[in-house]
Amino acid sequence: MERRNLLKLPLAAAALTLAGGVALAQEAEKKVIGVSIPSATHGFMGGLNWHAQDTIARLGKVYPNIEFVLSTAGDAAKQVSDIEDMLATRNIDGLVVLPFESEPLTDPVKQVKAAGKFVTVVDRGLSEEGIEDLYVAGDNTAFGRVAGEYFRDNLPAGAKIVVLRGIPTTLDNERVEAFQAALQGSDKEILDMQHGNWNRDDAFKVMQDYLAKYPEIDAVWAADDDMAVGVLEAIAQAGREDQMVVVGGAGMKDIVKRIMDKDPQLPVNVTYPPALISSAIEMTALRFMSNAPMAGRYIIGSQLITPENAEQFYYPDSPF
Amino acid sequence: MKRIDLHLLGPLVALVGLFILGALLNPAFLAPANLSNVLARSAFIGLIAVGMTFVITQGGLDLSVGSMAAFLAGITIMAMNALAPFTGENWGTILIGMGVAMAGGVLAGFVNGALITRARIEAFIVTLGTMGIFRSLVTWLADGGTLSLDSGLRTLYRPVYFSGIGWITWPIIVFAIVAILGEWTMRHTRFGRHVEAIGSNDRVARYSAVDVERVRLMTYVLLGALVGLATILYVPRLGSASGSTGVLWELEAIAAVIIGGTALKGGRGRVWGTVVGVLILSLIDNILNLADLVSPYLNGAIQGVIIVLAVVLQREKRSAE
Repeated sequence: MERRNLLKLPLAAAALTLAGGVALAQEAEKKVIGVSIPSATHGFMGGLNWHAQDTIARLGKVYPNIEFVLSTAGDAAKQVSDIEDMLATRNIDGLVVLPFESEPLTDPVKQVKAAGKFVTVVDRGLSEEGIEDLYVAGDNTAFGRVAGEYFRDNLPAGAKIVVLRGIPTTLDNERVEAFQAALQGSDKEILDMQHGNWNRDDAFKVMQDYLAKYPEIDAVWAADDDMAVGVLEAIAQAGREDQMVVVGGAGMKDIVKRIMDKDPQLPVNVTYPPALISSAIEMTALRFMSNAPMAGRYIIGSQLITPENAEQFYYPDSPF
Repeated sequence: MKRIDLHLLGPLVALVGLFILGALLNPAFLAPANLSNVLARSAFIGLIAVGMTFVITQGGLDLSVGSMAAFLAGITIMAMNALAPFTGENWGTILIGMGVAMAGGVLAGFVNGALITRARIEAFIVTLGTMGIFRSLVTWLADGGTLSLDSGLRTLYRPVYFSGIGWITWPIIVFAIVAILGEWTMRHTRFGRHVEAIGSNDRVARYSAVDVERVRLMTYVLLGALVGLATILYVPRLGSASGSTGVLWELEAIAAVIIGGTALKGGRGRVWGTVVGVLILSLIDNILNLADLVSPYLNGAIQGVIIVLAVVLQREKRSAE
């Protein structure tokens, strides 16, 4: 009970300030935006966490009237509790959520919407359509297709490709299906597809086994730069660096740097920017701070990073 | 006597069976390069599992080892990166890094052991707690990303994982030495006998003037030191550590110990069995990757079936004794 009262103190102070500046009341009204994302369990999510914190710090200065509440969750159940807490105790006006899993988060986010709040869903869609006001996501189909098309157009005829898949999820399926579709009917062959779980160590093991199993491999689709790091190490161990190219994904800074430096082993990369959380937070903030319409679906395309354009995808300060 | 022999040989028979299966499915399986890969990969879990054998045999448990390895890898990398400008990119710096890993491991094991034996908190609870603490610490140190070793040091350090005597690389050699020393310690030293005595009945052990708490504490310190040693071999492989390093290593190590014939309730430890258990787990993984037997979605299920089966077979034989 005591805590409740304490929480009310700043609100009371804010109310007094509001009463003071009557003319500015509309602008000075404090808005609270909740941001709920999965915790930094792997490289990509680490980058996403960094961009979220970075954006919140920056926007906090630009819009003093917006207060951000950031929470990170290690599993879906914790994320549901976080969102319930935001609604019950922090009185949020808007919610930016990257669902840990679609199914379990659908109902809690629906409750937020039902309470009349503005909802932005990031990257992983909810399992029911029409709940969110704004949907911001990367393009998983394009992510797979761009890599597939690169292989189709640039590898020699009869080239043999091995694939490392991520954690078994719909997202991974979309990417892989698009990749296969892009290679459909071409003269390139996919030898094998195993799960490296977006993890360096797992990818290292899977690639070691590929190298033991197949005497001829011309290209590796590592589908993620964390996996690409493990793959490169396994290839170096086998001394087969000059036999195959590796295409990762998501644009990790070390990999982008090597593409900039024209490393023959890493010709290209495909973007799936962790900074998409920044787009989502910025647009949600704009919803409250401007008249610009912010609704609908905003899909960030997956682009091919080549040595020519790599510089614009290089963020040396990001941890990813 | 004959029955006991059969019972002892159970895991070994399974290992030989897997070898034959692997060789039949893909000739590349028996290539030295592949066997070297599998053995070297087994070394991390193997070293940890040898330590875990002592902890489980005295009736304890340690869930924190995977997170501990990630944390130790993190501080080792940070220490070497921080020192490199002063001490230079040489073996001295790497030796200091190795020292950090070992000292950190011993200290972490001591903290676990002290909380369990001095503060008398359940081992499961203590190590569940430290598991979360180590995991969070490494994520925090890495700022949610990945800690990477400076490339100069990495080039120098890399051979510790990848080279050795011919295709018998250093991790394999270290694993073999630790396994032999572990087996010898369990069988032929007072410490080993005390560990087994405490695990089968700690009261009787206490009445027999065994310093129960001290021996228990020592098993956790030993395990911590072996996690440190595993870290020393792990860091040169990819030169990085992150929040996803060493995930579920604790359960793999525990599974290997149990497959090897050590009783989960304590009292009977078998280090060589643990080694066999570790190799079985690594071989399953390797064979599934080499053979396309089932959908990769089912790899975990196959491992699960084999773990349960291995333990079930031992149970039946034990009741027959």
